[in-house]
Amino acid sequence: MEEKYPKLQILDENGEVVDASYRAEMTEELTKDLYTKMLRARLFDRKGVNMQRQGRIGTYVPFEGQEAAQIGSAMAMGEGDWMFPSYRDHGATMTFGHSLKNLFLYWKGRQEGCLPPEGVHIFPPAVPIASQLLHATGAAWAEKLKGTDRASIVYFGDGATSEGDFHEGLNFASVFNVPVIFFNQNNGFAISVPIEKQMKSKTIAQKALAYDIEGIRLDGNDVFSVYFHTRTAVERARAGQGPTLIEAVTWRYGAHTTADDPTKYRDQSESAARREKTDPLLRLERYMKNEGMWEDSWLAKLEASLSEEIEAAVKEMENVPAAKVDDMFDHVFAENPWPLEEQKQNYSLVRGER
Amino acid sequence: MTTAIQTKKLTMVQAVTDGMRVMMNEHSEVIVMGEDVGRNGGVFRATDGLFDEFGGERVIDTPLAESGIIGTGIGLAMNGFRPICEMQFFGFIYPAFNQIMTHASRIRARTLGAFTVPMVIRAPFGAGVRAPEIHSDSVEALFTHMPGIKVVVPSNPYDAKGMLIAAIEDPDPVLFLEPMRCYRSSKMDVPEGKYTVEIGKGARLKEGDDVTILTYGAMVDVALKAAEQAESKGISAEVIDLRSLYPLDKEMISESVQKTGRAVIVHEAPGTGGLADTLTSLINDTSFLYMRAPVERVTGFDTPVPMFALEDHYLPNPERVLHAIEKTVKF
Repeated sequence: MEEKYPKLQILDENGEVVDASYRAEMTEELTKDLYTKMLRARLFDRKGVNMQRQGRIGTYVPFEGQEAAQIGSAMAMGEGDWMFPSYRDHGATMTFGHSLKNLFLYWKGRQEGCLPPEGVHIFPPAVPIASQLLHATGAAWAEKLKGTDRASIVYFGDGATSEGDFHEGLNFASVFNVPVIFFNQNNGFAISVPIEKQMKSKTIAQKALAYDIEGIRLDGNDVFSVYFHTRTAVERARAGQGPTLIEAVTWRYGAHTTADDPTKYRDQSESAARREKTDPLLRLERYMKNEGMWEDSWLAKLEASLSEEIEAAVKEMENVPAAKVDDMFDHVFAENPWPLEEQKQNYSLVRGER
Repeated sequence: MTTAIQTKKLTMVQAVTDGMRVMMNEHSEVIVMGEDVGRNGGVFRATDGLFDEFGGERVIDTPLAESGIIGTGIGLAMNGFRPICEMQFFGFIYPAFNQIMTHASRIRARTLGAFTVPMVIRAPFGAGVRAPEIHSDSVEALFTHMPGIKVVVPSNPYDAKGMLIAAIEDPDPVLFLEPMRCYRSSKMDVPEGKYTVEIGKGARLKEGDDVTILTYGAMVDVALKAAEQAESKGISAEVIDLRSLYPLDKEMISESVQKTGRAVIVHEAPGTGGLADTLTSLINDTSFLYMRAPVERVTGFDTPVPMFALEDHYLPNPERVLHAIEKTVKF
């Protein structure tokens, strides 16, 4: 199966081009854009981990190491398309237009953090596992029924493929020939459980075979591979050629969440080694150096401006007024049924507010 | 003759581990299965050390599928094993609901006792620990409403171990809910080795004459604090930790409310259709003519548990409980 579903690369680990099919499109502009967005995500992520440690936000879910998978795929989507993230995909959602302020706000325990900017089709992160595959299928189905050429992309991990909803999502998309991209980030671990204990199949991409849909496996740390192959899948979807399951093979360097200790279940020297060898940003840097696109001063300026953007978002987030108690009651239904209204009134009496 | 009982100071989560260890040592058919319960020792460390002690065939890291865990657990249980199935959080149990509702809880009835499911489903639950979304649900009433499964909730380390052992020994499925807020909030002397706390029995934690507070889980502490505050206002409150939600300790509840004539029920689950409704019916059935005031209920609201910025407003607190106590006394 590994032969049938080879791990597609465009850049190898040294940043050398191993598949020249997209060479003409790999311009300095695109390259720098991809690098910028990956670095933005990485700096955001590190800020998130630090803020959790400082007690400024709650539990945070880091994704460092998965930037190429998230940014490359999000870049392949177009305006009006739909995105269905899990809780580890803020690299993708910020690239697709989510606000950094609201992403931070989410980890601050604020419901407002679920809100994307007006007109940007991003669902709140799915906390249950694999449930979002069905929503993405439904949303894309709706676009098909409405006669648009819009598609949806849904993010999930290797562990999610064990849930029933994963299989139901693929099957519905197959049966109704829906324009949805099932974007799997196979980072090798479902919290502590390594992929060998999650499944006996050698690839995740091969699971597409059972549903007679397109399945591809790619190097998820090669941003060009992710971007161009996802784009092809999106084009197929728009052309009515149905869903694609993409397996992006990647690695999370750190913990499952800031509440998790990975040294309990794996040797973290593996992460350190991968930082040197297969890091998505380092690989693109090597390519840029090979191509004469790299200047240290460019990076320094970029880091400074991204850090400034992130610090500004933190400040904005921290200046958001405290959550309103009534918000807990007033958004459960369009109009509060009497028990809810009564509870709301009684609680404000106890608080001495009314 | 008295026998000195060895005890250890344990937190609730350690007591849970100890209960499983005792039963795994005693019965080879007791196995543990769930997500991250093996090498990682569980996300709350509830199975810490069990993988090393009993091996991967008895402490099983399953694929990430709650329906799969419960569904295969049913097959294992019907065929000679006693699985302890861990749901990583109670809010993650929903994919397994179908298996529990349509199979685990009714196979005995469907087969007139020929097949049974001696399974324990353990699940950390409740709000108040600043957990992410969906991790804080308190939906025990979905299961007390489900015919064929017992539902228990310890509030301290001693009860946790004794009730877990009783649950493992029980011939029928038992949902064993572990309040996350109590996992490490206190340590207690817990006997070494095997002992049980009978399922179906509550515990009177504080004697009182004026009002009975009925509660369980993480709300026990809230109720005790409210009772203390009531005391300073000259109101004597009795506090009962229900421990067993199905079946309820009818005798203890009715005896207490017949003595005090007033009842305040406290739980963090949403009010409508919550256990407080069942308790109010029980009081109505057993003690109507003894009551000096309508039963008061202090519960979570009919809202999803909000993200943690507002969860302290969602959860009942001593002020709300005290307010209800005073309302019954002033009626």
